[in-house]
Amino acid sequence: MRRRVFFSLACAALGSRALPSAAQKFQPPQDITPMILEITGGVLPEKGGVEVELPLIVENGNAVPLRIRVQSPMTARDHVKAIHVFAERNPRPKVASFHLGPRSGRAEIFARVRLAGTQTVTVLAEFSDGSFRIGPRDVLVTSAACMDEASL
Amino acid sequence: MILGKIQVAPAVKRGDAFEVKVLIQHPMETGFRRDLDGHAIALNIVDKLWCTYGGSEVFRAELGSGVSANPYVTFFVLAGESGELAVSWTDDRGQQGRATATVSVA
Amino acid sequence: MRAAALLAAALPLLSHAGGPLRPDPLRGGIEFQGADIRGLQADEFANPASLWIEGGARLWNEKRGTRGVSCASCHGADAKSMEGIAVRYPRYSRSLGSVVDLEQQIAACVERNEAAPRPAYESQELLSLSAFVASRSRGLAISPDLSTESQAAYERGRALYFERQGQLNLACTNCHDASWGKRLLAETVSQGHPADWPAYRLEWQAMGSIERRLRACYLGVRAEMPPYGSGDLVALEVYLSRRAQGLVSHAPGVRR
Repeated sequence: MRRRVFFSLACAALGSRALPSAAQKFQPPQDITPMILEITGGVLPEKGGVEVELPLIVENGNAVPLRIRVQSPMTARDHVKAIHVFAERNPRPKVASFHLGPRSGRAEIFARVRLAGTQTVTVLAEFSDGSFRIGPRDVLVTSAACMDEASL
Repeated sequence: MILGKIQVAPAVKRGDAFEVKVLIQHPMETGFRRDLDGHAIALNIVDKLWCTYGGSEVFRAELGSGVSANPYVTFFVLAGESGELAVSWTDDRGQQGRATATVSVA
Repeated sequence: MRAAALLAAALPLLSHAGGPLRPDPLRGGIEFQGADIRGLQADEFANPASLWIEGGARLWNEKRGTRGVSCASCHGADAKSMEGIAVRYPRYSRSLGSVVDLEQQIAACVERNEAAPRPAYESQELLSLSAFVASRSRGLAISPDLSTESQAAYERGRALYFERQGQLNLACTNCHDASWGKRLLAETVSQGHPADWPAYRLEWQAMGSIERRLRACYLGVRAEMPPYGSGDLVALEVYLSRRAQGLVSHAPGVRR
């Protein structure tokens, strides 16, 4: 019973774009826009066509399952060239870059990533025609990565 | 030598995209953790991963410390000819690893 | 859960002798993890512990030490002889003259029978071998040592299990008998069984033994952690093993 209430509260929080990240004061979110603009050559990409699958609530920020799907025919003339992942609250916001091509067949990536607290994860897709699209996704992280010693 | 393994479907149809799964044994040390004496444990991550199929590269990744310890990554490859698929990886200290699988294309 | 409340009330009246206090119904630790971890443990490829199984399989066949033998030399290359072994630990070892857990048994074997350096607790080598041997008992039930030789360790373990410890002044039973299934921050309290250990723990971002996990419990109640290999840790394992009798092992498992 309590879990359902927690979920609906979480959804309400996400819906209003007011993430409870203020409760986790240790690492504030950075503005990742300059990092994105560096890749796009100054162009702010449009949202859409980039599906970012993350759990609504993450048990442990050390190993978060992340699946990315970008809509693309993946032909020689029209394909996703690269997928870049940003986590605004991580001490190093650039998580990874994946380079694809027509021999990929599908622009779909899965990786287990570290998330240093509740935040927005942003995926940037780079296309063969020089265009870009982004997909932001909010995620609630209860036990954050990067901050814990856990060496005992 | 960095231990790791890959998995592909046992048989695939020509023209289909099949998933390649990779699991690598590596602490992906962020450089932010401290030992019991308070000294920072040095950064040590697998930073490059690539896949060759039929002799040429079909996938490449640059990984940062934001990728989990014992990295698990999957990607897709278009089924062409039957043959060897190889995934290789290196870390920032020059350690390497490699795993191969045979792709049977119908 | 009502029974647990009655039991909790009756606890001060229980003496330190007697059978283990078994939760009803008996539920493995994986049932108290979230969906992602349940999926990860069940995924034979993606389960991070599988890397240690693979490492262990390689070590199994590696000749080490001055005798030039490998584990396979005595126990067989296919390790079929290891089926049903891990679930019987901890147990009294006649050759070692004491009750030992799985890691201690393996370390002693490497040192004595291979005449190789004894692998350290929580070392890559020991955890790999432990994960490999434990994996041969997947799907089998915990079969505790009920011999008279292990009785002293059992009683010591039982006493520790019911003893309040640390700054938080909690005994194992307060959480794992009286409060299993209840929420602690974002987590659900488990029954505290040893069945899926050694395990890959996300919080450690690494593989760890049951001794490491028990030490973490002491840390959790802000008590002084017994050193690796201490009789108290093994005694607790003996109690936990009898308490978990019949529970199916999925070792090596995954935990948050």
